[in-house]
Amino acid sequence: MTGTALPVMNAATGCVEAPVLRERGQREVFCGLTGIVWLHRKMQDAFFLVVGSRTCAHLIQSAAGVMIFAEPRFATAILGDRDLAGMADCNEELDRVVRELLARRPDITTLFLVGSCPSEVIKLDLGRAAERLGGEYAGRVRILNYSGSGIETTFTQGEDACLKALVPVLPEAPATQESVLVCGTLADVVEDQFGRIFAELGIPVQFFPPRRATQLPAIGAGTRLLLAQPFLNETARALQSRGATLLSAPYPLGVEGTTAWLRAAAEAFGIAPERFASAIAAPAQRARTAVARYRPTLEGKRLFFFPDSQLEIPLARFLARELGVELLEVGTPYLDRALVAAELPLVPATQLAEGQDVEKQLDRCLAARPDLTICGLGLANPLEAEGLRTKWSIELVFSPIHGFDQAGDLAELFARPLQRIARLKV
Amino acid sequence: MQLTLWTYEGPPHVGAMRVATSMEGVHYVLHAPQGDTYADLLFTMIERRSARPPVTYTTFQARDLGGDTANLVVTAVQEAYARFKPRALLVGESCTAELIQDQAGALAMGMQLPIPVVPLELPSYSKKENWGASETFYHLTRTLIGATARPRPERAGRRPRVNLLGATALGFRCRDDVREVRELLRTIGVDVHVVAPLDATPEALATLTDADANVVLYGEIAYTTAAWLQRVHQMPMIRTVPIGVGATRDFLTEVGTALGVDVRAALESPAARLPWYSRSVDSTYLTGKRVFVFGDATHAIAAARIARDELGFEVVGLGTYSREMAREVREAAQQYGLEALICDDYLAVEEAITKAAPELVLGTQMERHIAKRLHIPCAVISGPFHVQDVPARYSPQMGWEGANVIFDAWVHPLMMGLEEHLITMFSEDFEFGEAGSHLGARGGSPSTPTTAGTTVVLEAPASVATVTLAADPALPAWTPEGEKELKKIPFFVRKKARANTERFAAERGISRIDVTTLYEAKAHYGK
Repeated sequence: MTGTALPVMNAATGCVEAPVLRERGQREVFCGLTGIVWLHRKMQDAFFLVVGSRTCAHLIQSAAGVMIFAEPRFATAILGDRDLAGMADCNEELDRVVRELLARRPDITTLFLVGSCPSEVIKLDLGRAAERLGGEYAGRVRILNYSGSGIETTFTQGEDACLKALVPVLPEAPATQESVLVCGTLADVVEDQFGRIFAELGIPVQFFPPRRATQLPAIGAGTRLLLAQPFLNETARALQSRGATLLSAPYPLGVEGTTAWLRAAAEAFGIAPERFASAIAAPAQRARTAVARYRPTLEGKRLFFFPDSQLEIPLARFLARELGVELLEVGTPYLDRALVAAELPLVPATQLAEGQDVEKQLDRCLAARPDLTICGLGLANPLEAEGLRTKWSIELVFSPIHGFDQAGDLAELFARPLQRIARLKV
Repeated sequence: MQLTLWTYEGPPHVGAMRVATSMEGVHYVLHAPQGDTYADLLFTMIERRSARPPVTYTTFQARDLGGDTANLVVTAVQEAYARFKPRALLVGESCTAELIQDQAGALAMGMQLPIPVVPLELPSYSKKENWGASETFYHLTRTLIGATARPRPERAGRRPRVNLLGATALGFRCRDDVREVRELLRTIGVDVHVVAPLDATPEALATLTDADANVVLYGEIAYTTAAWLQRVHQMPMIRTVPIGVGATRDFLTEVGTALGVDVRAALESPAARLPWYSRSVDSTYLTGKRVFVFGDATHAIAAARIARDELGFEVVGLGTYSREMAREVREAAQQYGLEALICDDYLAVEEAITKAAPELVLGTQMERHIAKRLHIPCAVISGPFHVQDVPARYSPQMGWEGANVIFDAWVHPLMMGLEEHLITMFSEDFEFGEAGSHLGARGGSPSTPTTAGTTVVLEAPASVATVTLAADPALPAWTPEGEKELKKIPFFVRKKARANTERFAAERGISRIDVTTLYEAKAHYGK
């Protein structure tokens, strides 16, 4: 496989014109609060305080697997009857909880007040609360707010809302200062790898979100925005309104995606093609070798994606073009055409589905009997029990999968369920 | 508003899901926003269930709020009925739906479905998961049986029979407990009529009154229902929970008395290995080990009794997050000279454990976190639990085999007798370090509470957490020699030795603790 040319697709074909099945009904997806599970680890001096119900607290700890033995940097201010009946002033209560929390965690420099379904429905104004408390803690703790409620956000949209809340406090960069801003949570190791490649290309780079909430990237007219995740619509818009220019590119998943993503930056900075080629030659070659190992397992296999993280379209592109899978259905919670403009032409024509009616989608999945189904944790074991092989989609947002040196790992995540079943004799 | 890091129980609608998921032929329509489907994974992942919970979520969004969210309920009920053909339907609301007041239950009642429909009103902002399960079980049972008292079943010419109530999906070891109790009852000639909610059907639930008595296996879930059956249908209720050897004997005796069965021959069983294991000399090292017990009320009360009476431990803390059964736990705690900790605040439980300085924690998944942070051995005795606590092998808590399982599970995390001696004798051996046992590698410095007002930093593998101890200027200070001698005491008892010595010194007005004070305190306290 090494060095094999990838199929060239006409920009007008692929999935650009593919009909989209739009469904609404029961959605088997997380709400935006779930993003806290990785965001609170990424920004080590930030704390996430959900203002919500016991359900919210239960959701986050269940999604986190209750396996984080370290004290979490998130908590829930659980609304009680007294708060709802107006017997307690919600704002005063919230102030009390925040003071209690910040006294306990003096290491926190940024606090996010995170809205939930109940706080939205009772119209608790967390924006004003953040302003009020921000004044009280001025100079010590920055207090911001966003909503991760299920009535407004799906799973990864929570990260979008969180990052958008940070945009107004990003420092201003001089217009002459040109740099790339890589936007979207990446594993630290991936960030370091990209940092080395950008250094070799001679392109100044900043990452957003940063590892410490106090080390925010500066932004201005010279900022070239490169999205690392396909779900940051609102953040991208906010950054553009602060002068950044969005570079349209496929996402850095797989060899092809990573190459095209880096090239978008290189071209924006006028890097000579030879210099670009030499900078990526070695890691790209390593990645091709690593991916090729899994092609025999995945080639020709029929895949079905349930909607989950909005990563579905770039992942489908990678799996179809670099591993030769056949796509039966690619479901995504939202199809944001602007964000996947560079991806859609590359995805072989297939059934795209937006939104979800989980019962109908399960009917289609069970009728198609795919070789591998990518779905959430609530569906995986039931589908396995029906004799289907599954890949938990949540692992795709909790694992380092971006960039050249993770391309093989990403392929392996999809190959593993198939290789596992081949091993089992029980 | 309550600041919560981890929660012991989910919201009450998750309790209703546990009842629906336990049963066959029951479906639950839940008016809820996107995201609430997370609860499915509790069942499919933690319990590895091979089927989705029988729950249909209406999945309303912000844009629906101004419009017709009520219509979503009607559509969801229609579609769920057509697709799943349930024989009884539960209809309720999650926390957000409760706020928008669509009256989902009443809407469903108005649809004239040809099956029993049970509207559930489970207040999310004041009640929790186990209460929700209990209410759901009660209302479902009431609906299916009806409130009219029926004649008690004829006893002549047949074996006595009982219902086993309270086992649910996501209950701690429920499936194995039911098997064990069924076997236990078989040995005294008592049949099991219906097990519910676990594996029950609506039809079976409707015949509960055909049994001679109800056995409440888990009071958190079944007490309300059993009390109603006793009040309205004159069914005796058996409340002793057979967890532990003594409690198993008491249970058999109570069943015998209620049903007029001679159980004397069944009170000793060769299957009960705990008594001999506990008497065998190897167990000497268990004597007086300080244990802290926290969990749901059923398991916590049982665990404390086993700890003291069957393993020879000293119970230094007893508590529960089950507020509905606080009275029972308070009464139990009195027997150990303790004040019960009735609390669902993880941080307060952590503080109580830190203060009690136990050598073993018996708790839930949450206490496993706490114990790990404090470097104390821990065994899980109650929900909430992790996928690791749903073993593949037969592992009941109840009956003779349950007591055997408990002996193994609690002793396993402890250091064995001779290992403990060697570490005590040669504590400066560099390979013992602070990690010189199978208790596992230590992430950092031990959580030694030092004197007055010090902040102790616990280094957990992935982050740094701080525990600030109350400043107490009354506590005496340690001399360097005293401190050095203290370090020669094995880490697993050092904390207790430090606290005892400080108390000893403070009571005697000694302001500086030296080597002599340390040994005087040791002589005073005896260990």
